[in-house]
Amino acid sequence: MAQDSCNNTINNNFDDLHKPLNLQQAIAESGRCLYCYDAPCIQACPTSIDIPTFIHQIRSENTIGAANTILTQNIMGGTCARVCPTEVLCEEACVLNTSIDQPIEIGLLQRHAVDHLMKNTKKHPFERAKNSGQSVAVVGAGPAGLACAHRASMLGHDVTVFEAKEKSGGLNEYGLAAYKMVNDFAQDETDFILDIGGIKVIHNQRLGDNLNLENLQNNYDAVFIGVGLSSTWSLDLDNECTEGVMDAVDFIESIRQTKDKSQVEVGNDVIVIGAGNTAIDAAVQAKRLGAENVTLVYRRGEEQMSATGWEVNLARTNGVSIKLWSAPKRIIADGHVAQMEFVKTKTKGGKLVETNFTYTLEADMVLKAIGQKLELDDLNGIDVERGKIVVDENYQSSIEGVFAGGDAIDCGEDLTVQAVEDGKQAAHAINSFLGGDS
Amino acid sequence: MDIRSKPSLKCNVAGIESINPFWLASAPPTDKYINVVRAFEAGWGGVVWKTLGEDPAVVNVSSRYGVHKNRGNIVGINNIELISDRPLQTNLDEIIRVRKEWPDRVIIGSMMAVIEERAWKELAVKIAETGVQGIELNLGCPHGMCERGMGSAIGQVPEMVEKVTRWVKEVVDIPVFTKLTPNITNILWSAEAAQKGGCDAVALINTVNSITSVDLDLMAPTPTVGDQGTHGGYCGAAVKPIALNMVAEITRNHDTKDLNISAIGGIETWKDAAEFIALGAVGLQVCTAAMLYGFRIVDDMIAGLTGWMEEKGYQTIEDFRGKAVGNTVDWNNLDMNFDTKALIDQDSCIECGRCHIACEDTSHQAITFDVADNGKRIFTVIDDECVGCNLCQIVCPVPECIDMVPVDNGLEYMNWTNNPLNPMNN
Repeated sequence: MAQDSCNNTINNNFDDLHKPLNLQQAIAESGRCLYCYDAPCIQACPTSIDIPTFIHQIRSENTIGAANTILTQNIMGGTCARVCPTEVLCEEACVLNTSIDQPIEIGLLQRHAVDHLMKNTKKHPFERAKNSGQSVAVVGAGPAGLACAHRASMLGHDVTVFEAKEKSGGLNEYGLAAYKMVNDFAQDETDFILDIGGIKVIHNQRLGDNLNLENLQNNYDAVFIGVGLSSTWSLDLDNECTEGVMDAVDFIESIRQTKDKSQVEVGNDVIVIGAGNTAIDAAVQAKRLGAENVTLVYRRGEEQMSATGWEVNLARTNGVSIKLWSAPKRIIADGHVAQMEFVKTKTKGGKLVETNFTYTLEADMVLKAIGQKLELDDLNGIDVERGKIVVDENYQSSIEGVFAGGDAIDCGEDLTVQAVEDGKQAAHAINSFLGGDS
Repeated sequence: MDIRSKPSLKCNVAGIESINPFWLASAPPTDKYINVVRAFEAGWGGVVWKTLGEDPAVVNVSSRYGVHKNRGNIVGINNIELISDRPLQTNLDEIIRVRKEWPDRVIIGSMMAVIEERAWKELAVKIAETGVQGIELNLGCPHGMCERGMGSAIGQVPEMVEKVTRWVKEVVDIPVFTKLTPNITNILWSAEAAQKGGCDAVALINTVNSITSVDLDLMAPTPTVGDQGTHGGYCGAAVKPIALNMVAEITRNHDTKDLNISAIGGIETWKDAAEFIALGAVGLQVCTAAMLYGFRIVDDMIAGLTGWMEEKGYQTIEDFRGKAVGNTVDWNNLDMNFDTKALIDQDSCIECGRCHIACEDTSHQAITFDVADNGKRIFTVIDDECVGCNLCQIVCPVPECIDMVPVDNGLEYMNWTNNPLNPMNN
């Protein structure tokens, strides 16, 4: 009994972080929207969703119309509504962001509309154009790949998606915090996207392994690479392979792939190294799994953290302690990680330098969240710069007919919403390349 | 030290003294002993009892109210309820009881009957015998009763308004209020008829004929009774502008300007009350606001009006009553040389662009939209194009961000009557 209730508590910890709005709340919130002209929120959205229009549609109880407005620009409007850092995108741009008011809850309203459509309509909202007789290979079934596949199919091309993992969705399925993507939403959304037809997905197909770029070029009229960043940076410390030290992305993946969260193993003294949203997702989830102490350690200051202020606050309110200006020095292990030593850092002449002060933290679990990188070996011949595939303004790589988008290219923001925009725009570029109207 | 005493809200409506001008209009809130007592406990100065008719009492249907909302807020409601559906004697007994228990409060008996002298006279006498301070003639109800030749069916015919008023005046010695319907072309025709009939006051407006919405599933107007609906009487905030105008039509008309007016129509706050009084009303009647929020709203009506009067230095209601009448003129008397321009305060502007798109699409293309180097969206009025229409100020979500500033163009006052373009001046 006691164990059951403890397990329930843990699973409850992974309920929706933001409760969805009901109809009444959505209409009330939409009523606050000023319906700005040439609204700043639209410009702040990487996919340029016509936000005032969809909010106006929610207010007029045309919820399906609102969802169509969203999905026309962003086929993953459902995921983006859940995981976008709206506080630095649309909601930051909202003109109600004044000392006497607060921005419209755009993310929650978007979720309300898209969820309503996905739940209540049987028919996919978009139709395919007349079949072009041309084929597109998409590598990676993450946000960029699926967005590209959907738009390419809509434009009349037959699409085959090759995905390395067993399930589609990419980071939506494997890499986002569980309390942001409850009830298997990534799979529901994938099914919804594929409902347009004309898209075949083949799983367990990995570039450089059982998949070859040259073959794809030969067998398809165009190729889109949306492989994301599949490997991680290492700390370059001794004992990094010792038990208890793991990549934060693997930890998050295991949480996402385990239905009963109480079965996920977590340490008692957890150290998370890094300062991005992945680090926050790992730290907060470790805490919610029941870790006694979770410490997030970053070698620079709070201002340099790439996680948004909102995420950093989320970590703090979840009881994560944040240690800044500390660089990992040593992993102390005895068959299993036991402690970690850090050296205090500071900036000197604009450069980060180590000081003489060191300290040690107890640790039975260390989660590394210091960044991911592109698997370069798989991309025979494509121009790569600073670890990313080089593309022109039409998302075309150095190889003609091979396009790329998402985290694999340097597009500024490593956000789901940016990957969706890349995939969508690349599909239009591919369409032009194949001789269609752009 | 301020030696002035607190302003008094006491008023005299057609010879009836009231502790304040706030009465409840004849409607569901004044249907029974319990409602009326609760209203008096809450502080209302008087009530007009729900309209009484001859027995047998009418039968009301279910449902009864429809609503018109905007952005979740109630703009107005309508009703298809008829007059009191309780036996006449029950009502009369309760009136007697409340009159005895609340001697300082006003009860007006509202009544309606078919267009027969006997019916009006008999009923009026019965009601007067209860000790009510006045009688109100319901000549306005625009639904149901009118189909039986009562309510607005009488109120829409000036000759009948006059006749009914006279009949009742002939048999009672208490003030008679003739309640007018707004569902006419010219309110003066019925007001003048009531005056000719000898009324002591007119009460207006009764509800406006309306369909608040159509249920698109049932394909029937709301409120629906089964799978049908009918037109009903519209009331609440939405009808206030209509009522204000009709009151002003009467008070600024030479022949009717001295008529006592008990004003009705969308009064929700002390400000609404002050506006009706400024246009000449001597008393006020409230219904919808009480139905939506309860009788307690009278607290703020009393406190707000008193506070405002104190601030303005008005000691009694008579001190400001009718003060806006003189400034309510025919269009022909407006100064055609007066000029005002919109001025946007850039510091308080939140950059929503509503002023720009309203002006650009539907008015005079007088507000430019530029984006500064720092990304700030700047909206600026082109004075030469601005006609001072107020639309930008109306749509602006920020209070006082857009000011309408009168321009000194050096031109003398000139209205249409003395304008050289007026063909009458040639």
